[in-house]
Amino acid sequence: MEQRIDQPGQYSNFQPVFDLELCDGCGECAVQCTFNEIRIEPRGDRKIPVANRQACGACHRCEVMCPRRAIYIEEKPLALRKHAVWKAADLKRVHYQSSSGAVNLTGFGSDKDLPTYWDNLVFNACQVTNPSIDPQREPMETVTYLGRKALSRQEAIKSGSNGSLIKLKLPVVFAPMSYGSISLNLQKAIARTAVEKGLIWYSGEGGLHEDLYPFAGHAVLQVASGRFGVNPSYLKVARAYQIKIGQGAKPGIGGHLPGEKVLSGISQTRMIPEGSDAISPAPQHDIYSIEDLRLLIYAIKEASGYKPVCVKIAAVNNSAAIASGIVRAGADMVYIDGFRGGSGATPSIVRDNVGIPAELALAAVDQRLREEGIRNQASIIIAGGFRNSADVMKAIALGADAVAIGSTVLVTCGCHGCQRCHSGKCPWGITTNDPEISKRLDEDWAFERLSNLIDGWSHEMKEIMGLNGIYDIGSFRGNRLILRGVGLSEKELDILGIKHAGE
Amino acid sequence: MCGIVGLINSNRIKENGTRIKKGIHLMNDRGNGLGAGYAAYGIYPDYHDFYALHIMSTDEKSMDRAKQYIDRWFNIEHDSSIPVWSGKIIDHPLFHLFFVKPSLPPGERGSGEESDDDYVVSKCMELNKTIDGAYTCSNGKNMGVFKGVGTPLDIYDFFQLDNYEGYSWLGHNRFPTNTPGWWGGAHPFSILEWSIVHNGEISSYGINKRYLESFGYFCQLQTDSEVIAYLIDLLIRQHGLSITEATTVLAPPYWSTIERMEESEEKDKLTTLRVIYEQAMLNGPFAVLTTFDAGMFSLTDNTKLRPMTAGRHNDYTYFASEIASLYEMDNDITDIVTPRAGQPITALFNEESAGVNL
Repeated sequence: MEQRIDQPGQYSNFQPVFDLELCDGCGECAVQCTFNEIRIEPRGDRKIPVANRQACGACHRCEVMCPRRAIYIEEKPLALRKHAVWKAADLKRVHYQSSSGAVNLTGFGSDKDLPTYWDNLVFNACQVTNPSIDPQREPMETVTYLGRKALSRQEAIKSGSNGSLIKLKLPVVFAPMSYGSISLNLQKAIARTAVEKGLIWYSGEGGLHEDLYPFAGHAVLQVASGRFGVNPSYLKVARAYQIKIGQGAKPGIGGHLPGEKVLSGISQTRMIPEGSDAISPAPQHDIYSIEDLRLLIYAIKEASGYKPVCVKIAAVNNSAAIASGIVRAGADMVYIDGFRGGSGATPSIVRDNVGIPAELALAAVDQRLREEGIRNQASIIIAGGFRNSADVMKAIALGADAVAIGSTVLVTCGCHGCQRCHSGKCPWGITTNDPEISKRLDEDWAFERLSNLIDGWSHEMKEIMGLNGIYDIGSFRGNRLILRGVGLSEKELDILGIKHAGE
Repeated sequence: MCGIVGLINSNRIKENGTRIKKGIHLMNDRGNGLGAGYAAYGIYPDYHDFYALHIMSTDEKSMDRAKQYIDRWFNIEHDSSIPVWSGKIIDHPLFHLFFVKPSLPPGERGSGEESDDDYVVSKCMELNKTIDGAYTCSNGKNMGVFKGVGTPLDIYDFFQLDNYEGYSWLGHNRFPTNTPGWWGGAHPFSILEWSIVHNGEISSYGINKRYLESFGYFCQLQTDSEVIAYLIDLLIRQHGLSITEATTVLAPPYWSTIERMEESEEKDKLTTLRVIYEQAMLNGPFAVLTTFDAGMFSLTDNTKLRPMTAGRHNDYTYFASEIASLYEMDNDITDIVTPRAGQPITALFNEESAGVNL
């Protein structure tokens, strides 16, 4: 079947290339490709795969699954005339948009070439006078408690037990990704990993599927603008609750799970009819001010028996002032999501142009809460583009209590960053609930890989502590002298509250 | 590497600095001539009710401004320059001593300055911060800190410590590494009644400093050890922790140790202290000797990366980095204690031992 290309821009930047000497024509690649990029054609007395040259997004599913290792993905040179302003992506965006008249959607975190400050930060290290600590020999501890803490021992005696604090074995948590935006298999794997590794997982705004109730003791369940899945038992079972105000990938706008993705499991969990669009409005329609937020925080506390409440906001320029208000409104945790945060579906115009780097917001919020003497009243959780354990440790040194990872979880489970989460056809079975495709993500396999990732990061984080002569994460947290900037301006250093390398 | 010594007589019998000098001089190799200092308690009996401000300044102009500042915020009972002998040390700052009480009555003071102690801390922090070239070396009662750039013998002679009589003494010999060897950065570091000498390097300094800032302590002396004095003041004086609780905060048991404990009040308390005072915990190698109005205590880090020993003889307790120094101070020591990692050793004056919150 020959596809006719009758619209400008209907070609992709990538294509599968087949080594026909290795290929035995089994057709697996065509089955694996959920975007219909590969077709199988007879050629003489055999069958061969042929690329449609239209839809390849470099997800690499066919390449990885080919039993004969006969495929690789190639970046297809688009022979467009070089232009300093009109780059290929700009042309394609217009071509694509003018074919439908709709908002261009995208998934995953922003790929725009804006600064990633983590890459301009380096750690200091011990030499001679202050011995480094060898994590292979000495105890190294990463235990972290999240929540509202007393300012002093006297205050702690008055307020009673530490019971409401959330204990983490490692200051890493799983970022909110709803059932609906990701498959149930993956959410189960995440929840199991959280329980196994002594961490917590955030549910996202998708309710709590009945299969996940056994893992609720490590869950932070979300109450967001759509209130999906919020019911009396939901408000009892969790370790903590999260009120979502904003998301780093799409600050200031709401969410939309298209009706075709609302299948029976999602319909039941979200408590909405099958096939209906699940729309989360941009603002919460009962929160138009900080006083309203306070009401919701305390409503959830009352309903849940005074479980900790976390408020999630997108990183914006006045995050510090907002965070101060959130803490004073009674939140026990402030969750800040930077503009590199991932998304299941976001208008690309928002993803790539709104919000600020998590690094800057984190530095400002931590400093502001300290200056106001309320840093002890809430923990700071930071999210938005954490790729490795060094990013995590840099955030801890800047002042975060814990770091949330989302995109990394997807990558752990096979994601190659093709940015088509919103299509519902994720060939890796990650961001899809199509019963046939989501089967591809085996829960046990994902659990094992996530556990491995956490173990690996834990080792690396301890190395970084040890080489700074620190045996406990508590002395690393907010210890900005450990961090130095490379190639940053005075202003950037000032906002980050760090010195330049060599100082 | 640094050397530290201390001696205390539990009956408050006084002596001059000769023996502490001998103790620290023996460990000359632990320093490099870029810093030494002493703290002596009981040296100003005639003014024992007044805060004794030891002010250091780089020149006359700074000292004048410091005097004006002190005159504005305090009633000065008496003041004089601190006698120095600059035979060996040509280039040195100026030192002046003020015996003072707050001039403002409690009702008229700023917030966080209600008690006399808070007032003194606040005003001295302000002085260190705002008056260029002037610093407070110590501001406790009936005690003083004498420190500078030189060997322990140089500094001893410079301040003529033969002429002071104290019932507890600290000595320090410095080998500065991560921060400059300058007069303000020499040990001891002191705030109110607390003086500390430190051997080691505080890798948690960055967060300790930020934590202290939220309580109004500002680190101006470019040396990591400074935070230890302020942390002790915060924990014991402001937050009312006992000495044991405070040392538990500074060198806490590992989480793994706490987790192994049976459920108990003690376990809850250790958990609470670790959770609340995470930012006050010290990391990195340290041996610290602290003197205060009621006695003296030592503390080492959790892996004991710096040495500390103590010895007793009759009413005397001695502390030193090396055992040889203990004998140098008193050849008849009967009882030598080498503390385990993280274990504090406390020596109190007899009349205080009932009243102090251990």
